[in-house]
Amino acid sequence: MTRISITVDGVRYDDDVQPRTLLVHHLRERLGKVGTVVGCDTSNCGSCTVLMGGESVKSCTVLAVQADGLEITTVEGLAGSDGELHPVQQAFHDRHALQCGFCTPGMIMSAVDLLAENPDPTDAEIREGLEGNLCRCTGYQNIVRAVRDAAATMRAGASEPAPAAPEEAPAPAPAPVEVGS
Amino acid sequence: MTVVDERPAAEVGAPRKRKEDARLITGRTMWTDNLTLPGMLHLAILRSPMAHARITRIDTAPALAAPGVVAAFSGRDVAETQGSLPCAWVVTDDMVHPDHPPLAVDEVRHVGEPVAVVVARDAASAVDALGAIDVEYEPLPVVLEMDEALGEGAALVHSDKGTNKSYTWIYDSAEAGHGQAYDAATAEAEVVLRKRYVQQRLIPAFMEPRSVVVDPTADQVTIWSSTQIPHVLRVLIALVTGLPEHKIRVIAPDVGGGFGGKLQMTAEELITMMAARRVGKPAKYTETRSESLLAAHHGRDMYQDVELAARRDGTLLGLRVRLTANMGAYLALLTPSVPLLGRYMYNGIYKLPAYRFECTGVFTNTTPTDAYRGAGRPEATYAIERAMDDLAAELGMDPIELRRRNWIGHGEFPFHTVAGLTYDSGDYEAATDKAMSLFGYDELRREQAARRESRDPVQLGIGVSTYTEMCGLAPSRWLGSLGYAAGGWESASVRMLPTGKVEVLTGTSPHGQGHETAWSQIAADQLGVAFEDVEVLHGDTRTAHKGLDTYGSRSLAVGGFALVNACQKVVDKAKPIAAHLLECDVADVEFSAGRFRVRGAPADAEGKTMADCALAVFAAHDMPGGAEPTLDAEAVYDPTDFSFPHGTHLCATEVDTETGRVTVRSYVAVDDVGKVVNPLIVEGQVHGGVAQGIAQALFEEAVYDADGNLLTGTFVDYTPPSSADLPDIVSDRTETPAPDHPLGIKGVGEAGTIASTPAVVNAIVDALRPYGVDDIRMPCTPERVWRAVQGGDRS
Amino acid sequence: MIPAAFDYAKPSTVDEAVRALAEGGEDAKVLAGGQSLIPVLRLRLAAPTVLVDVGGVGELRGVRDDGDALVIGATTRHADLLRDPLVARHAPLLAQAAAQVGDRQVRHLGTLGGSLSHADPAGDLPGAAVALDASFEIAGPGGRRTVSAADFFVDFLTTALAPDEILVSVRVPKRPGWTTHYEKFNRVAQAWAIVGVAAAVRRENGSIAEARVALTNMGSTPLRAGAVEQSLAGSAATVDAVASAAGHAAEGADPPSDAFASADYRRHLATVLTRRAVLAAGGIA
Repeated sequence: MTRISITVDGVRYDDDVQPRTLLVHHLRERLGKVGTVVGCDTSNCGSCTVLMGGESVKSCTVLAVQADGLEITTVEGLAGSDGELHPVQQAFHDRHALQCGFCTPGMIMSAVDLLAENPDPTDAEIREGLEGNLCRCTGYQNIVRAVRDAAATMRAGASEPAPAAPEEAPAPAPAPVEVGS
Repeated sequence: MTVVDERPAAEVGAPRKRKEDARLITGRTMWTDNLTLPGMLHLAILRSPMAHARITRIDTAPALAAPGVVAAFSGRDVAETQGSLPCAWVVTDDMVHPDHPPLAVDEVRHVGEPVAVVVARDAASAVDALGAIDVEYEPLPVVLEMDEALGEGAALVHSDKGTNKSYTWIYDSAEAGHGQAYDAATAEAEVVLRKRYVQQRLIPAFMEPRSVVVDPTADQVTIWSSTQIPHVLRVLIALVTGLPEHKIRVIAPDVGGGFGGKLQMTAEELITMMAARRVGKPAKYTETRSESLLAAHHGRDMYQDVELAARRDGTLLGLRVRLTANMGAYLALLTPSVPLLGRYMYNGIYKLPAYRFECTGVFTNTTPTDAYRGAGRPEATYAIERAMDDLAAELGMDPIELRRRNWIGHGEFPFHTVAGLTYDSGDYEAATDKAMSLFGYDELRREQAARRESRDPVQLGIGVSTYTEMCGLAPSRWLGSLGYAAGGWESASVRMLPTGKVEVLTGTSPHGQGHETAWSQIAADQLGVAFEDVEVLHGDTRTAHKGLDTYGSRSLAVGGFALVNACQKVVDKAKPIAAHLLECDVADVEFSAGRFRVRGAPADAEGKTMADCALAVFAAHDMPGGAEPTLDAEAVYDPTDFSFPHGTHLCATEVDTETGRVTVRSYVAVDDVGKVVNPLIVEGQVHGGVAQGIAQALFEEAVYDADGNLLTGTFVDYTPPSSADLPDIVSDRTETPAPDHPLGIKGVGEAGTIASTPAVVNAIVDALRPYGVDDIRMPCTPERVWRAVQGGDRS
Repeated sequence: MIPAAFDYAKPSTVDEAVRALAEGGEDAKVLAGGQSLIPVLRLRLAAPTVLVDVGGVGELRGVRDDGDALVIGATTRHADLLRDPLVARHAPLLAQAAAQVGDRQVRHLGTLGGSLSHADPAGDLPGAAVALDASFEIAGPGGRRTVSAADFFVDFLTTALAPDEILVSVRVPKRPGWTTHYEKFNRVAQAWAIVGVAAAVRRENGSIAEARVALTNMGSTPLRAGAVEQSLAGSAATVDAVASAAGHAAEGADPPSDAFASADYRRHLATVLTRRAVLAAGGIA
């Protein structure tokens, strides 16, 4: 067993884990963060995508021990504390960018990551940027539309004067809370 | 498309954003694998590494000694009690129908077949212990290819059956009285196209791997399963296990896609039930993606030998189809019927004097096949639409012109087809004209000519697909006449709650289709309540107790009809209540726009709402004479016939003749699915369907090696396309209402998949006709395309 | 699936890492980003007894300017290569090849050293390293040594690294006056290369003075296309001359036949892609 400490969606968790435990299994089975799902075993489908240290990773291809000391954001931690949806979540809803919804948590997290790097992507850049996430229902058409819309919303939000946070600043997270498990 | 935030005048037809999304975009979804119950144990399944072998020895005892293991057993341990996985569709009286034990007992017949199971306190321990199970196999001869399997002296998948043929099924339009005899009708033919088209084996590859949780500790055994068919499953479990039906509860929670792949009673469901009941504790099994690709049923896999006879002016004279369909090693729930569903559709949208269809089902040492999006109909449409393009080329005619000369005119409906169906309505001319205009057909033909002229290494091709399909499975009488064990009706119930809110129960079982939204729209209109005030309950046999679930583009066409009827019953029950409240005669009450008013009252008269009636019934203090204090109602609808959506899809591909790379440059889909409840959802269904059809044309194939090992056992090798691999899809609609449906709707779930595959392949072949290419086997990989350009091996 | 159990060590220096590997014996494995290793563990195609996670070794990460060369730490991630100004200036081919690896998520964890040490012949970075004539600094119990790219890739998934050695850094010579291109051909966007071509060209007075061309997935290791290079050296910078030279691309290659492509087709692709890569690298139209 190896002792790790990770902060997930603003909450700190200290746990002893087997080194072989995948981050996604740690999230789902130990921490109850079942919003993140497993869709394959070869790092292709991207359903398990989360942000680790602010960047998208496939949590089925990360050992929990590799996440030690890092901040993880899952789809469950994306909305504001008042329940206000993240612009990407809102755009997915508005544009009917999901059907069965299984790929959606990973797809949304990938889109969030893409827009953090490229706030104004072309359709081709969106398609390229989401190449690591498979969806079987939508044909991606509405996903591309949604990401384009979200980008516009986020750019408009970023250019507004206060109270919007500066673009570089990380989203405000609740203060870490100790949770033993 | 503009989405609706404001309240529309009518909900039906409005692009309502989906109710389902709230939980799906925030990670609050209830997938089966999310479920954890007190004391729950975990399964791992040992699967056969051999395509065909006798199990000479199997010992699970060493696994029992491994850490965390609670139980382990093999097929031999449960041989007498495990039962056989069912095939519900006996297509001929002499159909060969072998036993299909959930856990193999003496013999394994495909790689991936379950042979033993370990039950442990956690999933990792269960997987670890699999290696301790001691199995010895004696290899048996393997047969994988269908022609070989049907040949003299072939190795037998089921040696006791003496044959690899499951059945041969014949339809002849003359014998059936729906047309002439093929030979007579085509005697004068000036052109006869003879082609073998190959439907490669596909894997449904729904995104959520299958998962099942069984809780045997309560009075009812509860089964959560990632299934399309909770209601059917409950009946089947009762029949297979002998557990009384009323002691079984099946729940399909949120289900992550199906595409026919979860229209099944699985070995894994029965194995998990056996394990949970043996140890008396809740148990969970969740497959890995590799297991899913290997062992969940596959789709397609047919040879289509097609003969299309015509006159030089393009007039079609007859169609003959000889189909050879791979069943795999066993008959799963609907395996033998899938190719036969196609038999109704090979004639497409065309007026044909004669049609003969023969289908032979063949056993091989491969994973069983069964329904995959469209189930028989995409295959049929592929064959006829490829043949029409090939015939047009043969005749030197524009492929759309050839179609125009043969399709059913919009004034000819209802039309009795040579396949024995009656097409309800359609307007092929309108859909085609719209598609051609959106596509820029003539302009692209000019560009094609210019590229041919300049010998551009990147050639342009244009592919046409004018399809129809049969939706709304299915009239029960029709199903019965074809040997299916169940009916095709669907149920809906409406519960009026005391505060005026509504619960709708549907027997359909959505897994991405958005029923909660569409059913809410229908109920809101029918009952005059707010969209938000409707809750749609489904997928739990305890609440939505009656149903036949979701497949075959049936939910709205059949279940939606039932919902309209149930709502009508509620209105009928509420009328006397309203009359009582309004102190008038029932005959004088009118219901419109959500209000009961006395006939002749001004349109702005307040009247009484459904909520007023619901409250009055709840209190029941003052019911009109003899009235039962309830507004609740149930309706079961058995369709009288199918509905027939149609459309025209046009595809332009660029083909790099140096590398064989195909790029879809533009894709236009004009579909006519009748009236539309929610255009947002309909468009989404078309997009996804088109993508899956393109995937068949370009990317996906389940491939076995000579020993029967699946070479495409992960997403590294079985390659569903990503956003970067697919084109923009332009979709639009024409609208020809279904004459026999109260809402005029037809169904849309499979249309895109049915239409798109031939459109893409026709475009590739069209690009390469100057190179002498007249077919390329799917998927049209760069290498296959390049070889075709070289004039070499086209397979 | 779940990997088989293993022990885990997380050293913070190269020496500690080497010691941990030595202690772990034959079945110890280095874990860098894990993007190739973890799927293999999950499918239980490998079951190492101990994983030595070098993610915490500071010396292994980062890009520095070392005069006539760049020195890139082994655990520098693909995503870092894409953003690094020194790489953009002096070795853009590496960034271009790294951009073709997997997808965004994979590039956020996958490392240069991991890709090179994994030595998958279908990987994008080995070919680029060969084209750039990179050299590899290796640390082991006996100290450090340097191996050329030509000697580093030994066979399918096999490098010059001994089981108790780790890759420390990759030294990439700066090549003023050279221009480069990586041309990849695959089935779907996130897939491995069916064939890839890394080309570097130095033009002089309207002709091609020198060229280096390396092929991905045309054999059990990345291959130099020697005949192409010879034919290009001193040739005119024209489409025809390049096409003629590219016709030699598959000479001496022994490409695999697999579910994605036959050997013959790969040979053909190598010529087409080589032509395209050299034309793009040399800016020849």
